Amino acid sequence: MTYNHRARRALYFCAPEPTKTMDLQIALLLGQDGIVNGAIYALLALALVLVFAVTRVIFIPQGEFVAYGALTLAAFQAGKVPGTIWLLLGAGVLVALIDATIAVRGGGLRRLPRIALVNLVLPGIIAGLVFWLEPGKLPMLAQIILALAVVVPLGPMIYRLAFQPLAEATVLVLLIVSVAVHLALVGLGLLFFGAEGSRTTAFSEASFQLGTLTVNGQTLWVLGASAVLIVALALFFGRTLYGKALRATAINRVGARLMGISTTMAGKLSFTLAALIGAFSGILIAPITTIYYDTGFLIGLKGFVGAIIAGLVSYPLAAAGAILVGLLESFSSFWASAYKEVIVFTLIIPVLVWRSLTAHHVEEEE
Amino acid sequence: MKARLPLLVFLAALTFGPAILPEFYVTLLNYIGLYAIVALGLVLLTGVGGLTSFGQAAFVGLGAYATSFLTTAHAVSPWLGLLAGLGVTAVVSLFLGFITLRLSGHYLPLGTIAWGISLYFLFGNVEFLGGHTGITGVPILEVFGWKLDTGREFYYLIWLVLLGAVAATQNLLDSREGRAIRALKGGSLMAESMGVDTARTKIVIFLIAALYASISGWLYAHLQRFVNPTPFGLQIGIEYLFMAVVGGAAHVWGALVGAGLITILKQWLQDWLPKIFGQSGNFEVIFFGLMLVIVLQRAREGIWPWVVRLMPAQARDQAVAAAEPLPRRDMAQPGSLLLEVKDACKEFGGLVANNNMNLTVQAGEVMALIGPNGAGKSTMFNCISGVDPVTSGEVRFLGERIDGLASREIARRGMSRTFQHVRLLPTMNVLENVAIGAHLRGDKGVMSAALRLERAEEARLLAESARQLERVGLAGHMFDEAGSLPLGQQRILEIARALCSDPCLLLLDEPAAGLRYMEKQALAELLRKLRAEGMGILLVEHDMDFVMGLADRVVVMEFGEKISEGLPEEVQNDPVVLEAYLGGVE
Amino acid sequence: MSNILDIRDLCVSYGKVEALHHINLKVAAGRIVTVIGPNGAGKTTMLSAVMGLLPSKGEIEFMGEVQRAIEVEHLVAMGMTLVPEKRELFGEMSVEDNLLLGAFQRYRSGERDQAQTMEEVFRTFPRLRERRVQLAGTLSGGERQMLAVGRALMARPRLLMLDEPSLGLAPLIVREIFHIIADLKKTGVAILLVEQNARAALQIADYGYVLETGSIALEGDSRQLADDPRVVETYLGLGGRQKTA
Repeated sequence: MTYNHRARRALYFCAPEPTKTMDLQIALLLGQDGIVNGAIYALLALALVLVFAVTRVIFIPQGEFVAYGALTLAAFQAGKVPGTIWLLLGAGVLVALIDATIAVRGGGLRRLPRIALVNLVLPGIIAGLVFWLEPGKLPMLAQIILALAVVVPLGPMIYRLAFQPLAEATVLVLLIVSVAVHLALVGLGLLFFGAEGSRTTAFSEASFQLGTLTVNGQTLWVLGASAVLIVALALFFGRTLYGKALRATAINRVGARLMGISTTMAGKLSFTLAALIGAFSGILIAPITTIYYDTGFLIGLKGFVGAIIAGLVSYPLAAAGAILVGLLESFSSFWASAYKEVIVFTLIIPVLVWRSLTAHHVEEEE
Repeated sequence: MKARLPLLVFLAALTFGPAILPEFYVTLLNYIGLYAIVALGLVLLTGVGGLTSFGQAAFVGLGAYATSFLTTAHAVSPWLGLLAGLGVTAVVSLFLGFITLRLSGHYLPLGTIAWGISLYFLFGNVEFLGGHTGITGVPILEVFGWKLDTGREFYYLIWLVLLGAVAATQNLLDSREGRAIRALKGGSLMAESMGVDTARTKIVIFLIAALYASISGWLYAHLQRFVNPTPFGLQIGIEYLFMAVVGGAAHVWGALVGAGLITILKQWLQDWLPKIFGQSGNFEVIFFGLMLVIVLQRAREGIWPWVVRLMPAQARDQAVAAAEPLPRRDMAQPGSLLLEVKDACKEFGGLVANNNMNLTVQAGEVMALIGPNGAGKSTMFNCISGVDPVTSGEVRFLGERIDGLASREIARRGMSRTFQHVRLLPTMNVLENVAIGAHLRGDKGVMSAALRLERAEEARLLAESARQLERVGLAGHMFDEAGSLPLGQQRILEIARALCSDPCLLLLDEPAAGLRYMEKQALAELLRKLRAEGMGILLVEHDMDFVMGLADRVVVMEFGEKISEGLPEEVQNDPVVLEAYLGGVE
Repeated sequence: MSNILDIRDLCVSYGKVEALHHINLKVAAGRIVTVIGPNGAGKTTMLSAVMGLLPSKGEIEFMGEVQRAIEVEHLVAMGMTLVPEKRELFGEMSVEDNLLLGAFQRYRSGERDQAQTMEEVFRTFPRLRERRVQLAGTLSGGERQMLAVGRALMARPRLLMLDEPSLGLAPLIVREIFHIIADLKKTGVAILLVEQNARAALQIADYGYVLETGSIALEGDSRQLADDPRVVETYLGLGGRQKTA
């Protein structure tokens, strides 16, 4: 297992010292941690539901975007060039080659400039900025934007390379491919960032006293940013035509195609959003927990448990499920810290039992 | 003989290999064998059955930990350890199977991911299992007084178990139960209509796959003589799936090829990649990930089909051995009532698809159900055959109420059907496809199939299938792939499959579509013969020449309701029917 | 007169089985052309192939351009729309959003007159205006069909292809829908109407084709076809009965 080496390393972001008596103070503290983690899981759960609804891909590599986002930012701050930039350039070249070949064979020469622009020129510019700007010395906001610019385009590129050729395959084949991509990305993560974990500078060093509870600035950042992102997503899906087009594809693929909404475009767009949500989540938590190259997997899976609670369909339920996972994790780390992961992942079993009892009939797979 | 040559060479190499190979390669072969046992379970589960598990490593772990714990802490015999491991695995896999297999396809793999992680952490944290250090001092295995204390000796046990499992799996797939398992991939609708309990079949293959994994774990524990959680984590579980997929998940030997290839490749990559890249890392993981994506995009069938092409061609089966005919059910008296549909209504979320439908079918008659597109004829068919039960009203078959019964229960009572959109297993041959129809006429289970104790029954089932194929005129195509037949003949195949269940009522959904003129004549002739034997036939058909020349009575539907009923001539001249078919604005 | 659509030698196979054999069909600008025929004749298959939803052999010329690698999105952008047999509405979205998405390709290419087009659609289907905030999945059968046609019109198509618009609708609603289709002709859009309801279709069409088991069995001016006894035969098999009798 890639997470073997540090199995005991808490994934849990800000674990309190385990004292065995629960009082209000501790309960509040655990609750606070649970909600912070839960907020991140909720973001990831939303992205997973989105990707599944639009492309039928169960997006296991979601967690790698968390790690890539955090570690790319950490590399900037350490004055290093993050390895992800090479992945961006390499994937860009590969996509450009494949798309150009197809365009030339199909007589679509008009498409060549756009292919080159998106896959070669833009990654080139981003790489140029990373090499010459010394990102570590830029203001925080600029660092974050640059880190996102490096990581997020990987989303649609991965869709293009791994999933687009299999757009008509079954959910199971897509799931196996998804797991394979996850493995490759974890391996690459080790290559790029090494086995050591990193933390980034907090967005704010402030802390507030709320009654007896100390709330630090980064906690508020995580909660605030998650809320803003969720609202932004709601607006995107509710108000913009592209957001509606994504929903339309999720509801009725054939209908959407007949409107000229291509499956490929919808797939790339949903992977872009998922990559953005993943990388941004990683950047949010990097100041409060040490991120390793393989940390993302377990974080992503906890988002999954939330999403499965919602049956991979309902966004609000997925978010609620994810917060439940966060709280459960936080409190079980207090009472039975060694069994924390066991408890969180076993939660899926009662959920499946409940889903299985409420399922009306054997679904016909067509 | 020539066709068997590769197998004989392979077995000879396996037998004498360890005597001459260096230790390192024997160890490698041991691991290949252990992995192949697990991958074999996945061939059955994923490749044949269409279900996916990422958590097989956890079952391996159950087998390994059960024997390790019992033999060290309680000093019991390793054989008891094996039984305990199988018992625990069976309980756990049945429980997981029950909760996930009723849900749509992707919950099982997701459940196994969660379960794989959860069990891994459990192994690592439970004190009596030794935590992350694991359990040491697992005793040496003794077989009839022979101590298997070197890898070279253990090798024979591993490979005997593996070859035994291969043979058992192959036997199982080539049997009545095996056809039911293979039918899972064609969707549960057809299998259930032929009397297969698909939920049970899925649980059975999940159980078998888990038990294979558990045995592999038991062997592993006594070979290594210590266990810790590492080899039972999720990543290894994923690797098992890789082995099956890369090797060729639909083929028993694919498990062996996949396990061999991945194990050797991994060894090689772990040696070489760090030298090339000049640093340590999990490079082989990157490589495996990319390789799997490419395999699934380019060659979804895996490597085994390529290997087959290099081998001498297998002789094709030529004939089916004669066997004693199967017992038949008593036919109803001609003219007696077989089917009665009374005031049947079917709603889909407020949309009325069938409204107060009434119809009857008697023994020894052809009843035709006609009507324009979207009139609700297929819905009516599904209500009768139990695929999609009526919302209100009654369906009686041979005097017994059958609305609310599962379609396999209705099939058991003597009703069989064909489908508007042909549902057969295109890569299986015609004979095997037809034999699925005879599922309810045999009762030998999985164990007797694996041990070949059901050959007499199997011969009778196949002979019956051959007889039905002869009857419908497809005897010449018996050993062709079903998918290679033209659509019209595929429909005829479905009729043979339905006849194989020895029904007294036959439901045919557009049997003449896609047939040429002569073939339609032959089909009409066959249906007349069945009618003369006393069978009742309910027919949905659009070819009016065919219907009018054959049917005894006709019911016309429009907008989910019956608009006309009577003799063919009466219906044809009914202005209401003309209006329904040709329509009009004014 | 120029042809909007010119299909030459179109063949479609499912697996090893050919479902359409060498279809030749033309739709002239501003005309209504209908393809009638019984169930299972291959009408829907033909439309799906033209729209690029199914792989096919043969030549499809649209707007004077032979389509090589047929892509649905490209055809929609060029002005071809299909109202499919199953409607394929976005059930969990409002009527208004369904209509807006009909103009998706135009929005992509920079056109921003969706509000005006929607106004025109509402004028054609006043019922949809009343229902604009309602979810499409809650509409009645006739309203769904109107929404499906309205959504297609949002693309300002050059060629509108309708697959069985009368399917499953009560006679009164069928009449309304066909009147609207006949009116649409005045806006200059060419219409390819696939119908089982032969009489209604031939009444509003200029030209007709009869499709039978994957081949064109008859074609001609729609008024002549309406009187042709062979059309009735195709549907009710009277010819066969006379032969056997």
